[in-house]
Amino acid sequence: MPTKTEEYMKKDPTDFKEEILKKYPPKVARKRAKSIVISKGKESDGLEIQANVRTIPGIITMRGCTYAGCKGVILGPTRDIVNITHGPVGCGFYSWLTRRNQTSAPNPEDHNFMPYCFTTDMQDSEIIFGGEKKLMAAILEAYEIMKPKAIALFSTCPVGLIGDDVHAVAREAKEKLGINVFGFSCEGYKGVSQSAGHHIANNAIFTNVVGTDDNGKEGKYKINLLGEYNIGGDAFVIEDLLDRCGITLVSTFSGNSTYDQFATCHTADLNAIMCHRSINYVAEMMETKFGIPWIKVNFIGAEATAKSLRKIAKYFGDQELIDKVEAVIAEEMPAVKAAQDDVRSRTEGKTAMLFVGGSRAHHYQELFAEIGMTSIAAGYEFAHRDDYEGREVLPTIKVDADSRNIEEIEVEQDPTRFKPRKTPEELEKLAAEGFEFKDYDGMIPEMKPKTLVMDDINQYEADKLLEYYKPDIFCAGIKEKYSAQKMGIPMKQLHSYDYHGPYAAFKGAINFYYEIDRMVSAKVWDLVKAPWEKSPELAAAYNWE
Amino acid sequence: MLLRHTPKEIKERKALVINPAKTCQPIGAMYAALGIHGCLPHSHGSQGCCAYHRSSLTRHYKDPIAAATSSFTEGASVFGGQANLVQAIDNMFTVYDPEIIAVHTTCLSETIGDDVAQIADKAKQDGKVPEGKKIIYCHTPSYVGSHVTGFSNMVLGMVKGLAEKTGKKNGKVNVIPGYVEPSDMEEIKRLSAMVGVKTIMFPDTSGVVNSPMTGKYNMYPDGGTKIADLKSSGDSLATIALGEWSSADGAKYLDATYKVPCQVLDLPIGVTATDNFIDALRKAAGVNVPDSVTKERGVLVDAMCDYQQYFHQKKVALVGDPDQLIPLTQFCINLGMYPKHIVTGTPGNKFRKRMEEMFAEADLPYTPNVAVPGDMFLLHQWIKNEPVDLIIGNTYCKYIARDEDIPMVRHGFPILDRFGHSVFPSVGYKGAMRLMEQMLNAMLDKRDRESSEEAFELVY
Ligand code: SF4
Ligand code: SF4
Repeated sequence: MPTKTEEYMKKDPTDFKEEILKKYPPKVARKRAKSIVISKGKESDGLEIQANVRTIPGIITMRGCTYAGCKGVILGPTRDIVNITHGPVGCGFYSWLTRRNQTSAPNPEDHNFMPYCFTTDMQDSEIIFGGEKKLMAAILEAYEIMKPKAIALFSTCPVGLIGDDVHAVAREAKEKLGINVFGFSCEGYKGVSQSAGHHIANNAIFTNVVGTDDNGKEGKYKINLLGEYNIGGDAFVIEDLLDRCGITLVSTFSGNSTYDQFATCHTADLNAIMCHRSINYVAEMMETKFGIPWIKVNFIGAEATAKSLRKIAKYFGDQELIDKVEAVIAEEMPAVKAAQDDVRSRTEGKTAMLFVGGSRAHHYQELFAEIGMTSIAAGYEFAHRDDYEGREVLPTIKVDADSRNIEEIEVEQDPTRFKPRKTPEELEKLAAEGFEFKDYDGMIPEMKPKTLVMDDINQYEADKLLEYYKPDIFCAGIKEKYSAQKMGIPMKQLHSYDYHGPYAAFKGAINFYYEIDRMVSAKVWDLVKAPWEKSPELAAAYNWE
Repeated sequence: MLLRHTPKEIKERKALVINPAKTCQPIGAMYAALGIHGCLPHSHGSQGCCAYHRSSLTRHYKDPIAAATSSFTEGASVFGGQANLVQAIDNMFTVYDPEIIAVHTTCLSETIGDDVAQIADKAKQDGKVPEGKKIIYCHTPSYVGSHVTGFSNMVLGMVKGLAEKTGKKNGKVNVIPGYVEPSDMEEIKRLSAMVGVKTIMFPDTSGVVNSPMTGKYNMYPDGGTKIADLKSSGDSLATIALGEWSSADGAKYLDATYKVPCQVLDLPIGVTATDNFIDALRKAAGVNVPDSVTKERGVLVDAMCDYQQYFHQKKVALVGDPDQLIPLTQFCINLGMYPKHIVTGTPGNKFRKRMEEMFAEADLPYTPNVAVPGDMFLLHQWIKNEPVDLIIGNTYCKYIARDEDIPMVRHGFPILDRFGHSVFPSVGYKGAMRLMEQMLNAMLDKRDRESSEEAFELVY
């Protein structure tokens, strides 16, 4: 019997594309057509996808808002900042502990505010007369009770509309309390997705916190890890791995992170980026301001992890580190291989679809490939063209009105803290050996030819995809989970991991293989149809006859 | 200690809410709208709210929750969301083919003052609403009330938008079940049928947010109140509204507009409130209560007698929605427990009054703490000062329960980490039995876990 992958490769995905577009009103169809492309694999040069454009009203989207990207994603995993949502109760409530950013405070007396939800719970009088006074009072009350070292303020939609100035309130509070207080203009209507919120969050952290404390960690090989959010303990396994290699992690942005990590991150010698979308500009700014080069890494997938470790080692160029990294990889790989061999007979040739985030939909394809599964369709919820097509398209991306809303900050060399980490000769040598800085090829060229890439997919398109191709597994978020499962297709949440994990690094890869094995082999899917639905004919055959 | 920064000492807070015991209006409106058959809820505002509301409902019900949004960007926020909503209505009818669209507002569209009634009319005039299809709407600014208010507003939107009076009575009783689980709605229907009363219940999320596995995804599952029934609600004999906060407005509207007499009762949680419901049904339809119902009641009261010793003077803290808390607290009192701390996030002074009446009637030897509106941070501080034997509240209580080592029963919204609420009722006599079972097991499990070897007993 042909595998699902082989069956898929026989079909022409343009038929599918046409079929879904048929149902839309003509204007919608024209717009959606540009967001659906068919990969040509490595030959995808020049293949353009429409991304980071407005969601179509009434078309059920997977996206969230700017506030969610700012407060939920970027600041959420930092345990020692008191995050106050300025707005009516809902926004704060929904972003309270729902993203599974695990954290581990070393001592019981260390600050950990993550289980708390702080909100000004605005009432109608504040909507009418302004909420700045209440916000100020809320800050003072929070300080009085929690005594944090920093407080962050988040604007929600109504706050932006009535014109409360969170930045002015922050400045005043900072003066009054003598601690760092900073605000974010992250109203949900700004930008077209969470991505705008990441940008706003990163900009404010960069402006208000990064580089304010020169007492970073000591170490021979010091790096920052950017764009890792510690879902299900991912950061813990990566931290452990780096530690065993002798690499010092100065800061993570922002899984299991702290205020001090942000403040001292400029003392690191390399920035390693996981999620390109949410944070590439921070790496850029750190390079300009402090001279820290950046590379793209990926700790999702065993091969990817090994490759990323080797890349870091090569950057530092010390034989001692290179050997250590090889030793750690050699130590980890047998268990990984054993797990792959174990599950392969049940996973080989099967198909997956991934529609999440701004990097997970790409990174997780490696894990699937490692157990012989093909990702036949994938797309991001909030990515930009460069995440699909690679960084070389950056100069050609048009800045539209929605992107112009998001402040770009001007960064210059820091007069005292800037120091180039490598000499021009060293850089040249690395380049000659094929070492790439700031490289990211994007998702499209790394997918198999003939596979589908769809940006900002919606409920209707996802349903059609599932009906049409019946993949063995579908990956998306909570909102999409149960419609897929109603069709009898196992669905893996890749934002929250279905409360499982970690999936990063070698240990995480093993977890993932077994998790996918469980899902595609689960017996329960055989029960979806009752016996009388499977064969409704009434030919009676009694045992005792 | 996960809530390690919560001090025992209570300082007054005027501006800051910590760990809220409520959420915002639109989610309640969305939930209520899902209780109409063939309905696609629509959130008029930026897409974030809709994403949050869908995610929260999905996490709670573990079932698909479809809803669309007007996807406001900066322009719509400044110039109004009319164009977005008209376009959304067109797209929804074209792509998802609902019978009816239920529009609710968010903070944003409320603040800019969008008039959804006028916009819905405009969509009709523009020919975006196919023949026979409906749009209803309600206003749900989140800076007023809570998710409960939103539920109530959408119920009101249903009767305003759909109810009609033909002058010919339909012989049925309207039942507005309140902001309860689909399992509870199912149970309310079952009890009504047992009593022999024909009802129109709305909203009815049973079969919608706890729908069966069929191998197919159906955006509009079999459940939900039919539009024809909602229309007919103006011809009913009477309306029984369960829960003052979530159901009264809709019932009063039918009374005032179509002269359908209404009664507002507590949610039928526990014996007393269920008795009142059955009695009201009986009177409204003029029927006798069958023995089968009296027998169910008897089985519950029998169990309460059998196990009363384990509840006697046990202190309990409760947090949740006002409609839930009133009968729940009454049930605790009936079991001989001492309600100690009671917190609701939903504002409304009537709540305090009802509680105080209840305490006076129960002749409690102490004065319980009641906060309205209060938050879970305060609840935790109260518990630190006066510990309790049991906590009843939503999933967020588990942090308090763990820190203070107190058994807990999950009840209310949201329940994110346990199974059962959407399939097993907590209303009616059967529901009371389940509640009692959960409460008892939680307390006895702790006793078993902590008793010394010599005191560890086989029989309780
Ligand atoms: S903006 Fe308003 S409606 Fe939206 S989630 Fe926040 S509180 Fe709720
Ligand atoms: S109100 Fe605005 S900030 Fe809050 S959830 Fe909705 S879109 Fe996001």
